[in-house]
Amino acid sequence: MDYVAVISVEVVYAVASLVLISAGLAIVFGMMKVINLAHGEFMMMGGYATITAVNYGVNIFVAMLIVAPLVVGLIGLVVERLVIRHLYGRLVDTMLATWGLSLLFIGLATMIFGNTTTGISTPIPGFTVGGYQINGYNFFIILVSIVLLVAMYAVLKGTRFGLVARGAMQNPEMAAALGYSPDKIYMATFFAGSALSGLAGAVLAPLVGLVPTSGGAYIAKAFITVIAGGPSLIAGLMSSAGLFGLVNQIFTFAVSPVMGEVALLIAAVILLRLLPQGVTARFLKGKM
Amino acid sequence: MVETVLEAVGLTMRFGGVVASDNVNFKLKARELRCLIGPNGAGKSTFFKCVTGLLTPTSGQVFMRGDEVTGWSPHQVASLGVGIKMQVPSVLDGLSVQENIWLAARRFLSAPEARKKAAEVIERLALGPIARVDLGRLAHGERQRVELGTVVAADPWLILLDEPAAGLSGEDVELMAELVREMTRTSAVVIVEHDMQFIRSIANTVTVFHQGAVLMEDHVDKVMSDPTVRNVYLGKNA
Amino acid sequence: MVILPLKEAVTTVLVAAVLIYTLPMMISTYTLSILLIYAMLGLSLGLIWGFGGILCFGQAAFFGLGAYSYAIAAINIGESTLPMVIAMLVPALFAAVLGVFMFYGRLADVYLGVITLVVTLILFKFINSTAGPSYVIGKARLGGYNGIPGFQTLNVPGQPDNYIWGDPFYYVCAVALVIVFLFVTALLRSSFGRIAVGIRENEQRMSLMGYDVRARKTVLFAIGAGIAGLAGALFANWAEIVTPGLYSLGQSAEIIIWCIVGGLGTRVGPMLGAAGLAYLKFLLGQQSMIDNTLITGLILVLFVLFLPKGVVPAVADLWKLSVRRRPRRKRPNRRIRAERVDG
Repeated sequence: MDYVAVISVEVVYAVASLVLISAGLAIVFGMMKVINLAHGEFMMMGGYATITAVNYGVNIFVAMLIVAPLVVGLIGLVVERLVIRHLYGRLVDTMLATWGLSLLFIGLATMIFGNTTTGISTPIPGFTVGGYQINGYNFFIILVSIVLLVAMYAVLKGTRFGLVARGAMQNPEMAAALGYSPDKIYMATFFAGSALSGLAGAVLAPLVGLVPTSGGAYIAKAFITVIAGGPSLIAGLMSSAGLFGLVNQIFTFAVSPVMGEVALLIAAVILLRLLPQGVTARFLKGKM
Repeated sequence: MVETVLEAVGLTMRFGGVVASDNVNFKLKARELRCLIGPNGAGKSTFFKCVTGLLTPTSGQVFMRGDEVTGWSPHQVASLGVGIKMQVPSVLDGLSVQENIWLAARRFLSAPEARKKAAEVIERLALGPIARVDLGRLAHGERQRVELGTVVAADPWLILLDEPAAGLSGEDVELMAELVREMTRTSAVVIVEHDMQFIRSIANTVTVFHQGAVLMEDHVDKVMSDPTVRNVYLGKNA
Repeated sequence: MVILPLKEAVTTVLVAAVLIYTLPMMISTYTLSILLIYAMLGLSLGLIWGFGGILCFGQAAFFGLGAYSYAIAAINIGESTLPMVIAMLVPALFAAVLGVFMFYGRLADVYLGVITLVVTLILFKFINSTAGPSYVIGKARLGGYNGIPGFQTLNVPGQPDNYIWGDPFYYVCAVALVIVFLFVTALLRSSFGRIAVGIRENEQRMSLMGYDVRARKTVLFAIGAGIAGLAGALFANWAEIVTPGLYSLGQSAEIIIWCIVGGLGTRVGPMLGAAGLAYLKFLLGQQSMIDNTLITGLILVLFVLFLPKGVVPAVADLWKLSVRRRPRRKRPNRRIRAERVDG
């Protein structure tokens, strides 16, 4: 019984962290059809922003939930103005340019923070269920992911910005016809997406030792979760994160953590072959 | 007896709840020229795509020279000796006129023979002056003509053309009609077309589509004077 | 039909011979060998991406497979000739299977990128986790993140004790590259190559002409993988160890950067891009002021933004422009002359 509880928590946690990792990329891809391959480095920078802020005496939750998203969001804004803006509509070129940015940020982080592992301890203690140890921080991540999904839903459904953004997603000309400059919408969207990447990196930072190349661990997972999710932002994110999280944990428990990762990737390859437009292009059509 | 080169039996295509093609029966003899007409959404293009293999029909069968080709891919259909031109010009933009036509001929001929064939087609379609120019730099009418060149370069016995006259100027339409007449000397031709003047200038028999099904099939003059046809289609144009 | 005009083949060989002879006067043959190996790797992606339109984010996977296949086969066989062949065949077969999987599912562009990238990552993770003694192929232990050291390196065919290393190894790499280059040139001249370029331009038109696009893309993909595999095997001999790093995303990124910088759609571009950037990295490696990765990334961003065609096509355009202008200058143009004097 305890074992089942532990596994359930692990599965939910795996799904939640996939949602968290992918949210920023999903927003940018869903609204702008831009695949940001520097997404992992945005997360890495979120982590470094948090650790730096904590070292300067900022409360860790403030650092994670406010400082990191702001810092990375601003970096994203600069990137959008300098690079991405010139490449809209050229999917492959944006992928290549952001891949270049990812290397650039790795190099920059190496120069500033050095090539050593840094980290902070989790601010929430673990506890035991029966004979098993559960990391209390996992619940915080699950909570953040749920709040994130609810907030995304609320913004898209309930606010004027969400309405315009959804319009722009369907048809960029429509937003322009309504008197909103697509340029500004894209700018705001990229800021929001980058800020979310920063948040994800910050929240996950206490769980991993941070190095400048940490982003590489996230990008592939985020990338496949978003692509496999398909056109519907929230439904896609939830369904593909749910599927991959489950596969990952089953194989982690049955074989080994590495095989869990490998199984996740293989599942993604097979899924893309069967449903190249993503899960929500076939199922859950028209959901958000 | 003249051979039947194309036959569709009970061809039906559904998209979700929409029946785009409804139990279509169709027969075409060798060297026959047939135009498919009908208002937008009448099912001409769906029928066309099912025949060429771009879509697999929900039910029904397609035969070419007696072989069943239902569900074949376009390249398999084309390999039989069927020339296909889609509605939107589809050419190789980064390559020259000569290379475009050579590639089409090369599918059925050896490389040196293909070179001769390409020269011949270029001559026939009066593409000589632009033979070395990349397709991306050509005007719409010229691109249409090059695409037709890629179709005839393979010496097909059946040619399927989707709106070859769309967007062409009067002079180019005239040229296109001339080309189509020439094609019928060696092959059967099916044309999906809107331009009634163009149809009058080339066709004998037309098949009228309406709501996915065949409404009638007769000589062009008879069809044009038919009240039902005038109602569903020509009424809007005349 | 003559596959390759004799004149062109002779010119290529002559130019190559001069380069092979003169380059060691400027750069050590040890460094040159790796530059040539990278040039071959660049050419392999340049072939499938630049001429076949296949966006592969995982060329490193084939490079790594080639290197590992060589190392494992060399340990088991104890002689290098057959392992060199195996190192080409294994990646080619792997690519053929992957190609069937992808192209018959009509995946294109981004999805192709995702799948090739993910496959590379799978290989990386898998190889990285094979440290235990249970991961053995024949006599070879996979070694996980430590890699495989101590395999039989290149020897004169049939004489396992007669190793090829140092300067002779450089000449082997150079000759191999020339052969691969001539092979690629002949391939692109052949109908197969011209059809491949047609498919790059417009898949639909080519299939309406009756070509089986999926099969042809698969074959081209496998050929590119085979060349990458050969480069991998040579790399294994150069480094005398193979590690999972060969499969890393960073390695894949570099190959793509070589092609972008050198120029897609040319044969020389990806080779020059590879050798040039690798040499730049080598020079930069001797300083510690600016991080290497930063510069690589910056180069990629700048090229995508400002010179997406790459160096070689840009230079070729400039050259064509100047050649085209020449006949007009039969009568000396005073304004141009004046500008020349001023400039």
